[in-house]
Amino acid sequence: MSETIAFKPESLAQVHKIIARYPEGRQKSALLPVLHLAQKEFGGWLDVPVMDYVAGLLDIQPIEVYEVATFYTMFNMKPVGKYVLEVCRTGPCMVCGSEKILNHIRTKLNIKDGETTEDGMFTLKPAECLGACGYAPMMQLGKFYHENLTIEKVDEILDLCRQGQVALD
Amino acid sequence: MSKKLLLKDAHIEGIRYFETYRKQGGYTAAEKALKMTPDEILEEVKASGLRGRGGAGFPTGMKWSFLAKPEGVPRHLVVNADESEPGTFKDRYLMEFLPHVLIEGMLISSFCLGSNVSYIYIRGEYSWIPDILEEAIEEAKAAGFLGKNILGTGFDCEIYVQRGGGAYICGEETALLESLEGKRGNPRLKPPFPAVKGLWERPTVVNNVESIAAVVPIIDIGGAEYAKIGVGRSTGTKLISACGNINKPGVYEIDMTITVEEFIYSDEYCGGIPNGKRLKACIPGGSSVPIVPANLLLKTVNGEPRYMNYESLADGGFATGTMMGSGGFIVLDEDQCVVEHTMTLARFYNHESCGQCTPCREGTGWMYKILKKIENGQGKMEDIDLLWDIQRKIEGNTICPLGDAAAWPVAAAIRHFRDEFEWHVKKPELCLTQNYGLANYADPIPAPSV
Repeated sequence: MSETIAFKPESLAQVHKIIARYPEGRQKSALLPVLHLAQKEFGGWLDVPVMDYVAGLLDIQPIEVYEVATFYTMFNMKPVGKYVLEVCRTGPCMVCGSEKILNHIRTKLNIKDGETTEDGMFTLKPAECLGACGYAPMMQLGKFYHENLTIEKVDEILDLCRQGQVALD
Repeated sequence: MSKKLLLKDAHIEGIRYFETYRKQGGYTAAEKALKMTPDEILEEVKASGLRGRGGAGFPTGMKWSFLAKPEGVPRHLVVNADESEPGTFKDRYLMEFLPHVLIEGMLISSFCLGSNVSYIYIRGEYSWIPDILEEAIEEAKAAGFLGKNILGTGFDCEIYVQRGGGAYICGEETALLESLEGKRGNPRLKPPFPAVKGLWERPTVVNNVESIAAVVPIIDIGGAEYAKIGVGRSTGTKLISACGNINKPGVYEIDMTITVEEFIYSDEYCGGIPNGKRLKACIPGGSSVPIVPANLLLKTVNGEPRYMNYESLADGGFATGTMMGSGGFIVLDEDQCVVEHTMTLARFYNHESCGQCTPCREGTGWMYKILKKIENGQGKMEDIDLLWDIQRKIEGNTICPLGDAAAWPVAAAIRHFRDEFEWHVKKPELCLTQNYGLANYADPIPAPSV
């Protein structure tokens, strides 16, 4: 385990608070919430040393962390941009024009699905249903949903991102 | 106008907060319940006829009565807030705007089931909602409705919120429990059922958000009164999340006595289809339930009006009917391409298959590839039969219902829209620039009478 990897004290306190939600000896149940915390604190993705650190904190084997982290789509296994644009494209969003939104972003940022812009600002991730079907098309940016998107609204959001004015948390 | 039970106060500013909720009569059902015995609460839930609102529609009271009660072994209530079915966003509405209805329902349900520690497992993408729920939990705790010795009854109850990591399969109850234990969301073999061996092998009840919220009005007005609302075995009210080609998408509470036609066309609900377009088809219960063409959606095969309830929507079985499911109501107008829509759903199920069972792991990807070919004008006529064959080999052959959920949309699309699939194969160039629309449609679609 790298010695340079460690949660900030307030995050570590949060980890212990999460572990306390479960019966003694069931601290593995804290894995998903702790991975969310780790991803947020350690650069938006989970590299092996970070996952090993989490395994140590929860007193479980590293493989138990790897198999979980790679199973769930919200955990990034490679570096991502500052803003991860997760655009829903399933069923109802498709009906309401999500493909147009995706194509616009692909063209405007000159990236393909899963890629990050050269300046490290944006990553595009098409998503499969984000539970905003009545407010489609939509995308998730950090903690929040941006709904009823139009091309103009997307442009505005991207501009605000560049100005650092879009909240992620 | 439908009777409202869950959303009756949704319009009130600040209803998200304890003080306002309490002023509107919030937590009086909990006070009432805590003076009853757990068995009396269970009898009220049974009398209500409440059916699980997550999609399966299994009677909630019966499910609760299966809970094992071994001496000295803790039991748990786990609320399934993993809502990830395309078309379904009703639980999000409840949690975001009326969190105390869920917390109060959990308190009553936990008391009935003997759960001193209950969990809400919420899909990870709803990442702002845990804050809302945790705030509501803290408020309830500060007011003495959670924590130790609640209202002096000696009953202790803590509620915790757990975020998932983004996996549709975790909506399946045993996969959810695996995930809550910090593992991959692989469904478990049943039996044993969670009621016997659930979370950490302890007896556990897993219920949908809306089901648990419904316990509040059930205790409030009594199970028998609740059962008088609705019709037949579709008792009480149901939240419907409506989306797609409609004028007023959103979450509606209905009492299950209205017709599908009223729901789509009346101003009280969806407000009709934009730009005067004609209705082509609908998926009324979330993406996994069979799509039905307009003529079979509005009327049953016997020419009776189709109603928004469990029995009427299922009338005729899958051949001519569909399911209430989760109430995720997706409307498609005449410009929508059924092949493309089915392809996106196949892609979804392929993406979300946990990979544990071969028919699901391999079959969902195979169906997606074939549908993509047909949609892109590269399909062959035999591909349609192959698709039919693959979905039949998935259905019923997997540990959990995701296999069925992946198979049914494909089966129904071919069953009702085979002409459109064949048109894609016969007119490969045309299908890239045009939609099949309602051409050669089997039956004329009636003009709305509402």
